[in-house]
Amino acid sequence: MSTRTVTMSVNGEQRRAEVEDRTLLIHFLREQLNLTGPHIGCETSHCGACTVDLNGVSVKSCTVLAVQCEGAEVLTVEGLAEGGVLHAVQEGFHQQHGLQCGFCTPGMLVRSYRLLQDNPDPTEEEIRAGISGNLCRCTGYQNIVKAIQYAAKRLKEAQSVSA
Amino acid sequence: MIPAGFDYHAPDSVAEALRLLDELDDAKLLAGGHSLLPMMKLRFAQPAHLVDLGRIPGLSGIREEGDVVVIGAMTVENELIRSEIIRRRVPLLAEAAALIADPQVRNRGTIGGDIAHGDPGNDHPALAIALDAGFVLEGPGGRRPVKAEDFFLGTFMTELADNEILVEIRVPGLAPHTGQAYEKLKRKTGDWATAGAAVVITIEQGKVGAVRIGLTNLAPSALRAEAAEQALLGQPLSETTIEDAATRAAAICDPAEDLRGDRDYKLAMARQMVKRAIRKAAARCP
Ligand SMILES: Cc1cc2nc3c(=O)[nH]c(=O)nc-3n(C[C@H](O)[C@H](O)[C@H](O)COP(=O)(O)OP(=O)(O)OC[C@H]3O[C@@H](n4cnc5c(N)ncnc54)[C@H](O)[C@@H]3O)c2cc1C
Ligand code: FES
Ligand code: FES
Repeated sequence: MSTRTVTMSVNGEQRRAEVEDRTLLIHFLREQLNLTGPHIGCETSHCGACTVDLNGVSVKSCTVLAVQCEGAEVLTVEGLAEGGVLHAVQEGFHQQHGLQCGFCTPGMLVRSYRLLQDNPDPTEEEIRAGISGNLCRCTGYQNIVKAIQYAAKRLKEAQSVSA
Repeated sequence: MIPAGFDYHAPDSVAEALRLLDELDDAKLLAGGHSLLPMMKLRFAQPAHLVDLGRIPGLSGIREEGDVVVIGAMTVENELIRSEIIRRRVPLLAEAAALIADPQVRNRGTIGGDIAHGDPGNDHPALAIALDAGFVLEGPGGRRPVKAEDFFLGTFMTELADNEILVEIRVPGLAPHTGQAYEKLKRKTGDWATAGAAVVITIEQGKVGAVRIGLTNLAPSALRAEAAEQALLGQPLSETTIEDAATRAAAICDPAEDLRGDRDYKLAMARQMVKRAIRKAAARCP
């Protein structure tokens, strides 16, 4: 069974590590880099708890090999806050009660982040379609949708201030 | 859940990938990995080598070549949805790709992998059949074309040889007076079809001039419903001909009973999907 060294940028930092060829990205992040934000829910590519950003798109890290990410840029929930200040999506989930048990939350946050990067002004329907690859067993999604709407508003305000 | 051990290879050309396929014992191609990796985790597949197509430049992308739209095998579903060329020339593919899996999966899953996998539950096979698409397979002896309707031989069985790579999908662009539609019944986002029907229909001077019907997840492989097409050809579209087509389509189905329903239910849904797709495609004929 072969191993190799992979190098990728994770949350803006260059990381290098030895992995088995069969190592899944989720295990690389959690067990080798100690980034336990991305969760393992179903392990069958359905729940989205393991969602991370890979080269600017949302992926399920339980269904990507670490070796496929050589040279890639990865963002996990740990990389959202900057300088101790929560990102607007994190603030939104906090303010709008977008979580209960919190298991789905890291995946939801990273997915919401990318959704708003791609579509800064989504309709409710676009939000629901956008998070359709992330399952939540607790909230009934209502407050998650509100949290994303809150974040969209916040991001727009921030943009008009800086403009 | 992790796959059994294997050696990973990342060639940077099709020629190199073909050489690896030829030299290595028990090698499998890796595209988006969203069918293969789940199967490997469950030990339904346990290849000794994975040859990743992801580092080969030129295998993904969409371009027009005269009347034909050429889609690279490594093009992911979300690129199909976003592509201006696809929306204009093959709207069926943009519409149907949005019904495949979920946003994350659509960032990884490729059209080539969806076709090459030979899963009767996958949507691209029936779409390609309805669109009269052609596949380009590259092997040690060069390239050969195969028509979509001749490619799917059974569950996980296709025309693709062990030492060949699907490199291109060639789709005729939307013809004049033609409408396209896909009707897919599914229980939830990310579910495969309980029953699906793809229809491409041309209506000229009030009569059906051409029609192709592909069926998803209703038999061991995607089907072309030729007898159903015959029920429509050369006639004005009416509720009678549509009913007749639906009956003929259901007659060639052989669905497997599973959690989505028993045989009778699936046959009833096959009829419904065929009828809805014909009506929708016809309504879209300019
Ligand atoms: C949660 C979930 C829901 C899904 N829902 C749907 C759905 O509703 N409809 C649907 O159609 N699909 C669905 N899929 C399947 C998904 O679209 C897969 O991505 C697709 O079936 C395989 O494409 P891939 O690029 O991931 O291929 P891989 O998984 O990498 O490969 C699949 C097989 O094809 C072979 N292969 C891949 N590319 C080539 C090539 N270019 N030449 C020769 N052989 C090749 C591989 O060797 C392998 O045997 C779903 C998947 C998941 C995880
Ligand atoms: S753990 Fe990856 S999708 Fe559920
Ligand atoms: S908050 Fe519990 S699963 Fe979403």
